[in-house]
Amino acid sequence: MSTTTFGRVPAVEPGAATEPSYLTSENTIVSWLFTRDHKRIALLFFVSITFFFFVGGGAATLMRMNLATPEGLLQPALYNRMFTMHGIIMVWFFLIPSIPTTFGNFFIPMMIGARDLAFPRVNLLSWYVFNLSGFVVLYALIMGGADTGWTFYTPLSTVYANGYVFAAAMAVFINGFSSIMTALNFVVTIHRLRAPGMTWMRLPLFVWAIYAVSVVMLTATPVLAMDTFLLAVERFIGIGLFDPRHGGDPLLWQHMFWFYSHPAVYIMILPAMGVASEIIPCYARRPVFGYAGMTIALMSIAILSFFVWAHHMFVAGISIYSGIVFSLATFFVAVPSAIKVFNWTVSLHKGRITFDAPMLYALGFVLLFTMGGVTGLMLATLAVDVDVHGTYFVIAHFHYIMVGATVSAFFGALHYWWPKMTGRLYPEMWARFAAILTYVGFNLTFFPQFVLGYLGMPRRSYTYPAEWQSWNLLSSAGASILAVAYLLPLFYLGWSVFWGRKAGANPWGATGLEWLTPSPPPKHNFERTPAVRLGPYSYDPESDSFVTQEGTRHVR
Amino acid sequence: MYHWIPFWPDTAAVNAVVVNNLYIAELALSGLIMATVVVMMLSFCIHYRSRSTASRANLVEKTWHFEIVWTSATLGVFLILFVWGAAIYLWLFKPPPADEEVYVVGKQWMWKVEHPGGQREIDALHVPVDKTIRLVLASEDVIHSFFVPAFRIKHDVVPGTLETIWFKANKTGVFKLECTQYCGLQHATMQGDIVVMTAPDYARWLAEQGVNEALAAQGADLFRAHGCSGCHGENSTVHAPSLAGLYGTLVHLEDGSVRIADDAYLRDCILNPRSFTVAGYPPVMPDFSGQLGEDELLKLIAYIKSLAGKQEAGR
Amino acid sequence: MSGSARLAPEVQYATLEQQGDTAQLGMWVFLVNETIFFGALIFAYFLYRMTYPHEFAAAARDTVLWCGSLNFVLLLTSSLTMVLAINAAAQDENPRRMMIWLVVTVALGSAFLVVKGYEYYLDYQDKVVPVVHFESKPGEGSAGELFWMFYWVGTGLHAVHLTVGIALVLYMLLWRIRRGEIGPTYYAPLEVVGIYWSFVDTVWLFLFPSIYLLGRS
Repeated sequence: MSTTTFGRVPAVEPGAATEPSYLTSENTIVSWLFTRDHKRIALLFFVSITFFFFVGGGAATLMRMNLATPEGLLQPALYNRMFTMHGIIMVWFFLIPSIPTTFGNFFIPMMIGARDLAFPRVNLLSWYVFNLSGFVVLYALIMGGADTGWTFYTPLSTVYANGYVFAAAMAVFINGFSSIMTALNFVVTIHRLRAPGMTWMRLPLFVWAIYAVSVVMLTATPVLAMDTFLLAVERFIGIGLFDPRHGGDPLLWQHMFWFYSHPAVYIMILPAMGVASEIIPCYARRPVFGYAGMTIALMSIAILSFFVWAHHMFVAGISIYSGIVFSLATFFVAVPSAIKVFNWTVSLHKGRITFDAPMLYALGFVLLFTMGGVTGLMLATLAVDVDVHGTYFVIAHFHYIMVGATVSAFFGALHYWWPKMTGRLYPEMWARFAAILTYVGFNLTFFPQFVLGYLGMPRRSYTYPAEWQSWNLLSSAGASILAVAYLLPLFYLGWSVFWGRKAGANPWGATGLEWLTPSPPPKHNFERTPAVRLGPYSYDPESDSFVTQEGTRHVR
Repeated sequence: MYHWIPFWPDTAAVNAVVVNNLYIAELALSGLIMATVVVMMLSFCIHYRSRSTASRANLVEKTWHFEIVWTSATLGVFLILFVWGAAIYLWLFKPPPADEEVYVVGKQWMWKVEHPGGQREIDALHVPVDKTIRLVLASEDVIHSFFVPAFRIKHDVVPGTLETIWFKANKTGVFKLECTQYCGLQHATMQGDIVVMTAPDYARWLAEQGVNEALAAQGADLFRAHGCSGCHGENSTVHAPSLAGLYGTLVHLEDGSVRIADDAYLRDCILNPRSFTVAGYPPVMPDFSGQLGEDELLKLIAYIKSLAGKQEAGR
Repeated sequence: MSGSARLAPEVQYATLEQQGDTAQLGMWVFLVNETIFFGALIFAYFLYRMTYPHEFAAAARDTVLWCGSLNFVLLLTSSLTMVLAINAAAQDENPRRMMIWLVVTVALGSAFLVVKGYEYYLDYQDKVVPVVHFESKPGEGSAGELFWMFYWVGTGLHAVHLTVGIALVLYMLLWRIRRGEIGPTYYAPLEVVGIYWSFVDTVWLFLFPSIYLLGRS
């Protein structure tokens, strides 16, 4: 692996320590809307995805309210539209962009010692395109929503559904451009803009994770783009490639859809893995266990994720022999995930562990991810998948991964980097409370759904037999706790922006380059280009000291 | 056998027993993995909390041999699960010779069932206990999924093709039939009952249905009405492949490929004959797409199957 | 070196060389992405072609071969002129030669679109526009309509890409070059546009034989 690190112009004036932060350097609305600063764009994305998180969450709340009783609360048509919009919004408008567009955008340049992403205008355009697709999906939602499920299975979506499927599909199509632009920017930036001395094997694992996820986004998204484009054409003119009445193959839609959407699950989880790999060493005060193994695991997950898509189709009518091949590939992709879980756990060994909120979120992430992982093994096992496919077992499984794990990591990252982004400390006790509440609420919501699934409750049903009510009621109760846990940070973090204690440059004693610069960072990140001498995570639990990536040693 | 386990679904078919064993093994394994992670995490968290005075000296520096050990261990366990699951999957999805064959058509939002004797039911399926039942599944509109939780069998029903599954119930009673592929507005209510009866009860039930014509006989009527008999019939002069004894045999096609003449193949041939021209025959058959409904197709197929035994019926 | 005073690298780059190099990498990565986009379509096309070989061959015989072939020649030539323009940019201080070649490139690209438009007109006359104006020809069966779906989606998306290419070249001509930003010291933007142009050309290199030629003999 040759490094292509370029020499860089040293800082303009060495004495310019009083450079204003990126937040205060210019303060007009125009300066925000036309900014090319990756940090500001990260905040813009943060506002957008937070909005969609609560829209999608609102839909989920309605669904859980409806399912508290077998009779329900909503009209079937409304319930069907709610779960469809919940899926579309949460997947494409929150989970996929969540960590990359906010923390990736903000910290990738800082962690590799660059002044910005390679293509700042493309980065800004990505935000506008994201919002454009957001408007389209909101239009679809307000006009009445689509009623196909987020998977848009044909021919239901092309011929039989009567919601705003065209608009929803176009929203997904446009959204893909935003993904691609952001991912392209990360790949090129990580290749070309690393500071002197920042070799590949000195990159923080978060950077590796974002690199892996960008590669997946770049290779998977165009297939979805073509797929949704063909779907939109078919929906628009009335006949097309997925229409069995004209000799089309409905399974082709599923193949192309899952060719994107299975890697998309890894798009959601890989950045979360990166976050956990940053937080756990920092609060355990020791190096991450098996750095090289972690990078190999990340990249092998990224590559293997492309060979497992048809495990969503074991009962869909594919040949049983391809079912077997895809089951085997699925077990292979589970191996690097298992390695990561063990490495995180062992990274606590001989640590000097403190349990601040980011650490609680990260530990919660590991446990929820493990739970999602072991149930994923069951789903990879062909015979068991035949039974639980399409039931609440699947719902519970992927929520453990995509919501439990990813959203925990998202909140972990938010707390961990909050002082750097805002210059303020968050209230620790409230944050710990929210972290624990998230874990409890999440398990209470989704564990009962495993049981429901094995008992045979089909997903996407607005009603169910009365004998399953207690489990559903439990789940709905958990959801209300979860809602509180997700809303809490909005308040105390908002409070801390104005009244929180001022944070220093490196409040957690972390080693990464992003902590070398003041909090909040100046407009161009670094007053001088950092010179990297060490890999990340040089913590020493024995003497409770750490060495930054520039090589300076600090004792706590 | 599994009744003592809390929250356990009904187990009412030989298929279900086999899946149960695997499921219990996986539950135990999952519990073990979870327990390992939780115990390790908790003990490290307590023992190495920041205020503890435990020694932190001699941090493990070389990690790769640990990693190799647990990589190969997990891989080994996973491969066992894979083989176990795949073996059952092959067994589940390769139907054995059936004692009885039933046709099921999914339609928004009901299951229409046709027995070979011509008995029809909606959202219900009566079957005899301890008999191997083969189901031929078709869809009239969107993708549905035929799921019987107590039997642990499921298969999507994709429009444009036929799917086959089987089960052998080992317990009488009434069990849930569900649709697990979202199929539109009333997907949640697309449910029915599987009624497993003893053989005498089942025979009585069949007799009570007041049927005038068996399915194959209805197919024979269609065979004549749509002009199929003009070419494939006994006394035809047109050079068309014989249908007698066709079902279940290997067919050599003009493009060199070989297909098994199963339900899906027959359906494809009727609707899209030009892509399935049999070697040595002229491609003259008109295509019948759009002219036949799913249940008519199933009747025709039932008729063609009924020719399997008797050489003299077709040409 | 009239314009090079303006040619300082952007803040995140150390040198112009690094900036140009990065821009090229960006375009290559984007083209990987585009390849998969068109690849998905061509893959699906061949899947259907294998399912309905006779119907697709029959339908393919109704494509207007001379239009496709002429376009093939036009686009290949335009890639050559594009490369000549980049060559000129790298060698000449005076942008005249580069601008001439770029104008020729735009002309060839536009000629492609004109021929394509005429072909679409002929296709309409021939009643091969699914749903809008369609008549099933003998031998095509119902799958013939699927062939024409692929035809319109494939050639349509390609035409959109070519239009973007022409717009990019015009942007170079009317903005970047007029401001003196492209010259022997720094011509990466033009090179990036050139890479894109060749890609659009290459797509036609695959679409043309797959749609027009297969099964015609």
